[in-house]
Amino acid sequence: MERFIFLTFDGLSRGAVYAAFALALVLIWRAARVVNFAQGAMAVVTAYAAYMVSDAVGSYLVGFLVALVGGLLLGALVERGLMRFVGHANPLNDVIVALGLVLLLTAVVGIIFGGEFRAANQPFDTSAIEVGGVPLMSRYDLFIWGTVATIVVLLALLFTRTAVGLRMRAAAFAPEVSRLLGVNVGRMLTLGWALAAVVGAVAGVLILPTELGLHPHAMDIVFASSFAAAIVGGLDSPVGAVVGGIIVGLILSYVSGYLGAALTPVAVLAVLLAVLLLRPGGIFSGVRARTV
Amino acid sequence: MSTTKVRPARSPISRFVTPRPTGPRRGSTLLRHLLWVAVGAVAVYFVSYGIDPFRNYQLATVAAYLCVTAGLTMLTGLNGQLSLGHGALMACGAYTVALAQNEFSDRGVLGAWALPVSLALGVLVAALAGALIGVCAARLRGPYLAGVTLAVALVVPAFTTRFAGLFNADQGLSVYVDPAPAALGPYFPPERWQAWIAIGAAMLSLLIVANLVHSRYGRAFKAVRDDEVAAKLAGIHVARTQVLAFVVSAGCAGLGGGVLAVISQSVSPSVFGLTLSLNLLLAIVLGGLGSLFGAAWGALLLVLLPYLTTQVTRGLELSPGLANKLEGNLPLAIFGLTLIIVMLVAPGGIQDAFRALGRTVRRRF
Amino acid sequence: MTAVLEVDNLNAGYGVVPVLQDVNLTVAAGTITAVLGANGAGKTTLLRTITGLVRPTGGRILFSGADLRAVKVEQLVRRGIAHVPEGRGVVAELTVDENLRLGGLWRKDKADAKKATAEVYELFEPLARRRAHLGHQLSGGERQMLALGRALVARPTLLLLDEPSLGLAPKVTAQIMALLKRLRDDTGLTVLLVEQNVRGALSIADRGVVMSLGRIVMSAGADELLADDGLRHAYLGF
Repeated sequence: MERFIFLTFDGLSRGAVYAAFALALVLIWRAARVVNFAQGAMAVVTAYAAYMVSDAVGSYLVGFLVALVGGLLLGALVERGLMRFVGHANPLNDVIVALGLVLLLTAVVGIIFGGEFRAANQPFDTSAIEVGGVPLMSRYDLFIWGTVATIVVLLALLFTRTAVGLRMRAAAFAPEVSRLLGVNVGRMLTLGWALAAVVGAVAGVLILPTELGLHPHAMDIVFASSFAAAIVGGLDSPVGAVVGGIIVGLILSYVSGYLGAALTPVAVLAVLLAVLLLRPGGIFSGVRARTV
Repeated sequence: MSTTKVRPARSPISRFVTPRPTGPRRGSTLLRHLLWVAVGAVAVYFVSYGIDPFRNYQLATVAAYLCVTAGLTMLTGLNGQLSLGHGALMACGAYTVALAQNEFSDRGVLGAWALPVSLALGVLVAALAGALIGVCAARLRGPYLAGVTLAVALVVPAFTTRFAGLFNADQGLSVYVDPAPAALGPYFPPERWQAWIAIGAAMLSLLIVANLVHSRYGRAFKAVRDDEVAAKLAGIHVARTQVLAFVVSAGCAGLGGGVLAVISQSVSPSVFGLTLSLNLLLAIVLGGLGSLFGAAWGALLLVLLPYLTTQVTRGLELSPGLANKLEGNLPLAIFGLTLIIVMLVAPGGIQDAFRALGRTVRRRF
Repeated sequence: MTAVLEVDNLNAGYGVVPVLQDVNLTVAAGTITAVLGANGAGKTTLLRTITGLVRPTGGRILFSGADLRAVKVEQLVRRGIAHVPEGRGVVAELTVDENLRLGGLWRKDKADAKKATAEVYELFEPLARRRAHLGHQLSGGERQMLALGRALVARPTLLLLDEPSLGLAPKVTAQIMALLKRLRDDTGLTVLLVEQNVRGALSIADRGVVMSLGRIVMSAGADELLADDGLRHAYLGF
């Protein structure tokens, strides 16, 4: 029982990060109808930048800010400099270009930092806080939840309460009409990518200390898990992404706790297939064929 | 040649159909492809004598990749299914061949037939895995399929670790391979023998894929890729077509993986990671999606580019640390960059560029 | 009367297919001009080319003397041009209120944008009752009101309307036509109205332009067009 409680809390922490990362995927999907397969690689780049800076400066906060700003710039750059120019003759083109970016970014990180694991230091005590003798969660888990909750609330406010949010939604749903109403659709698209990259960068910075640390391919499995989370919730639904993230986090925590950590990728694949084959629109929609 | 004759009108409608042009290009597709294969085999036979063992090894590796890219370019280029799981399917073939070969040698079963049986088993296992993925894939499109197959690519190390007793985890297995037949003489280099095996496998893959592409199945592949609804209305069973494409291309991947295991005489999960799958994708895009010649270009690049970058970095006399970092990564960086540039500038790939060049030249002269 | 919009030898098309061929058109300030013609005559393409959604291959488009070809689509509304596109362009995923707010987001004068929105709600009572409903929950008539209202929030000087009567009950169509007439008479709004409903359009229009196969084949006063039996039979089909 104690183990179950521990795994549940661990799953909630992982799930919070997957939720944030899935949210980033959903943001870009809604804005541009593109699944950003380079999201993981982009988060690796910002995470390296963040931990290198925080090691050099000796301040976690500065590193965290570097990840935020780096994500913003990288996201905008990828959209402005790359994705905007991808032809749409073939619907696979976006995916292929994003995968090219994965190869390029991970290789560049490997060239600069090498292929071995590097420690990513946690800003807080990782020993678990015990409640009634049962270890529940660490301060770092609380930090993760707080950060992800802040992101979710800020995004919700941005999209429902501000003029920019309204413009972004309109530009995504009806680009032509939005242009006629004076919305700079291209700029909204850039902003969407930048925001998504920031969220992805934060998720990367949060999760790496709880895993093996920094590695050029450290986000591969995180990407796959978060993709599964986004699929569970439905790629079009931000609320679904959050719920899906928590669900996937819990499943993966139980699987790795009871069956062994090595089976995590198998569990991800099983979740993906189960949802896509049984409920292709995600748990928040009716069953409908998955076409793009 | 009876096939070149214009067939007598069988139905009233054929009066309105222009007879297809006759000429050397008509005739049996199978015969034409067999001729190509024979010419290729003879050419490679002489080439393999003319080059040193290391070049033969490289040639064998190109041929192993060609098995895979031929099947993958059919799947992605002609049928529109993007798979990032072909590295894992190669692993299926490679591990099966490794286990079968080692089993044969442990039991003292020797003979010329052992290796073909192992390779056939590898193809079978990969095709079965492909059928499993393909059935799921037939219900998925675009990015969804890409995401699922990406997860498939990540599963390989999980399996080898979970079943470490069988697959020996990250260490991998070494593969027992019989030396070249004694009939070829005592000093016959093993690399040349491996090149022959690999070339044979590649020719077989190409032959099967080329014939499939030119059959009614190939036309169905394209119809499904271009417009599923229209294909359905034309009486094509969409899901069955997609599964067929996936199974055949998985079988090719299994063969390629098996051959790779034979050439390198070892298998380990790190070889068959996501990066390999991405490289395969790059190869077919660079060569030109859907073109078998493009698949050959891609396979060549997969071997040549890392080799050339290593040559260049060695020549630069860098510090050992930096050289080490560049060794594996620089080719990947170049791959990634090239993939992006090709997609933006020339989505048709090398083969398309050559075709355009050929047209221009023909128009000029 | 001064010309608000002048279209000079305009050519445009999709890919290699030409659609508009040497179109000349002048729209005077404070008038309603009806663009008539059969399906595929190029009416919608004419509107889309004027607002830059289709790139012209030749010719000029002058709005109050300035060439529109150099103006980005998203800048047009700031210059006073509102375009209600074919199919109305209500954003189905946004609420009525959000759709209307979207119409005034670009405006610096927030107070007036708010006032304009209130006026729209006054003008179209059904909308006021359904503020929080999503676009796709509205009826066809309500969508047309919303699209028109959203354009009016921008307080345009030139309104381009693409088939407002499509799919609407005759009564609703009549209301909308009456509203356009009132806007012209009261506020001096200039309207370029693409319509299949010839009678309805000509009943309020000052001028009518008849298009066929990408060319303007006739341009005359609305009364004149209604009176010309031969023309009506040839191009307008009634």
